Amino acid sequence: MSATPDVKPRLSREHSLSLLRQMLRIRRFEEKCAELYTQEKIRGFLHLYIGEEAIAAGVMAALSPEDAIIATYREHGHALASGISMNAVMAEMYGKQEGSSRGRGGSMHIFNAAARFFGGNAIVGGGLPPAVGLGLGYKMQGLPHLAVCFFGEGAVAEGEFHESLNLAALWKAPVLFVCENNLYAMGTALQISESETEIHQKASSYRIKSESVDGMDVVAVEAAARRAVAFVRQGQGPYFLECKTYRFRAHSMFDAQLYRKKEEVEAWKQRDPIKRFGDWLKVIGLAHDRDFQAMESEVAAEVTASVAFAEAGTWEPVSDLLRDVYTPKGSA
Amino acid sequence: MSERAPEQVATTYREAVRAGLREALQREPRAFLMGEDIGRYGGCYAVTKGMLDEFGPERIRDTPLSESGFVGAGIGAAMAGMRPIVEVMTCNFSLLCLDQILNNAATIRHMSGGQFSVPIVIRMATGAGRQLAAQHSHSLEGWYAHIPGIRVLAPATLEDGRGMLWTAMNDPDPVLIFENIMLYNMGGTIDAAAGAVDIDRAVVRRPGRDVSLLTYGGSLWKTLEAAATLKEQGIDAEVIDLRTLRPLDDATIMESVRKTRRAVIVDEGWRSGSISAEIATRIVEQAFWSLDAPITRVCTEEVPIPYPKHLEDAALPSREKIEAAVRKVVGR
Repeated sequence: MSATPDVKPRLSREHSLSLLRQMLRIRRFEEKCAELYTQEKIRGFLHLYIGEEAIAAGVMAALSPEDAIIATYREHGHALASGISMNAVMAEMYGKQEGSSRGRGGSMHIFNAAARFFGGNAIVGGGLPPAVGLGLGYKMQGLPHLAVCFFGEGAVAEGEFHESLNLAALWKAPVLFVCENNLYAMGTALQISESETEIHQKASSYRIKSESVDGMDVVAVEAAARRAVAFVRQGQGPYFLECKTYRFRAHSMFDAQLYRKKEEVEAWKQRDPIKRFGDWLKVIGLAHDRDFQAMESEVAAEVTASVAFAEAGTWEPVSDLLRDVYTPKGSA
Repeated sequence: MSERAPEQVATTYREAVRAGLREALQREPRAFLMGEDIGRYGGCYAVTKGMLDEFGPERIRDTPLSESGFVGAGIGAAMAGMRPIVEVMTCNFSLLCLDQILNNAATIRHMSGGQFSVPIVIRMATGAGRQLAAQHSHSLEGWYAHIPGIRVLAPATLEDGRGMLWTAMNDPDPVLIFENIMLYNMGGTIDAAAGAVDIDRAVVRRPGRDVSLLTYGGSLWKTLEAAATLKEQGIDAEVIDLRTLRPLDDATIMESVRKTRRAVIVDEGWRSGSISAEIATRIVEQAFWSLDAPITRVCTEEVPIPYPKHLEDAALPSREKIEAAVRKVVGR
């Protein structure tokens, strides 16, 4: 590649700690959510991202604030890493009107205009076509932004995946596709849902530049995302990143996990992205135990504060039930 | 000094729709068209013929056969600040993008707590009468009228064919426009300066005292013909063109029914669960004590549209069926 921009993550102490903190925020936030779910503070579906934090943290570190993000129903991590406050995300989990979507969306539909976070899409594959359109729209207006679309490997079986990759490639739309391949679409293993399990190959078949990366390694993810973002930002069309990862927890809170072996889960937990990165920082001397302790207590305080914020939040009056179905006249 | 009468020009419904599209692209730089075969082919129903030469391939964007992909891309482009006008070849194919229309376009404003609107216009052909058989002849506009978050239009006249688009495009929310295929060749004259029209109100196309005939789209003209015949038989029917199927203009409907005290609804959709069922229910809810006779409906028979001409005709509302229904309701 000619005129290679600076795409290497700068692993300063500050940046390293910020990556670690981002992952830890997601982890501790979700652990608290699981607890709150059993207390029935959070209802509906709750899909935890625990184990996959390196992807959201690594990719977000490579984006600009104006870039658009579309994620899935397992999007608490992306929402937090995109800059939406933990308070707003937690209040949304509760369904309070102080939440990021004013409580109307809940766990699966976190939105935020300031962070250009376009959801929280709970139809598998449903976020890909709008991501192509966001990219196309920016391109047609001569804007430098790109659209990043996160989705699981389960979405690869949907027609919308193939339609979207083809459209993005045809139109050279500035879209970064990030496939979070955690090996299971709910309970269906990759090898029994896909004839070609090397997912990045599918992108290649649409002539989209693609690569596969260790999704448990936040530095590898950020490095790949920087390469991808630089490529897309240069107007060369879409880019496809397959991040190989694993979900440590059940699909949702209703999942007995009959479809996978405990040994497999334990083996993947040995590759925990937070522990792995923290240990490495210690080995190379960039961070020390006291840094981790300080970080843990800061994050714990943030989580505690978010719970207090959500608890203190208010329920939208039923008299408002029908608002936000249509745009009020004169407000657009 | 008398004002000069507005200049009238000969046109067809097809040309009127095209004029509306051209005007939209001329006036609004953010507007662009996309859909299957709209450019080089000139449009399946030749509506967009010649527009590629005038506006170029960026704004008259041919798409692959990926309804979900390009409708979803339109949704994304709308959220990115563009004003996409998407053509779905026929409403029969729109089932391939129903996910995007319902789960995204109609829903994002609500799920996001009012943060994101989706100003997209989706045009599609509807209706039977050309012996295109069951997969190209259905009328699904009544179905779409079920969905909160979108607006559903059914232009029946040259003025509406031309003028509804601009108003729809300036609506901040998704608007679906259903063009009945039997209208494209309809000729007539139109004010040369005809422009935007409202998309809120039903209108009285023919005033009358004895019975209200409520209809829309392609059925309007059959209904007007029936009303003319009935007049010769001494029955003075009022014909209401609903124009907008969501939201329904209850006020105009009830005003007419309270005056005539009888209602016949003509709808090219199947009878069960149709827009005609909705209208009948509203009349019962709001004007029951004004009625002198049961509400009657003339709908498409509950059969997939058959290929042979005589059976297709038998399945659809016809002038004869409308006349018979009116005579029964009026008791003459």
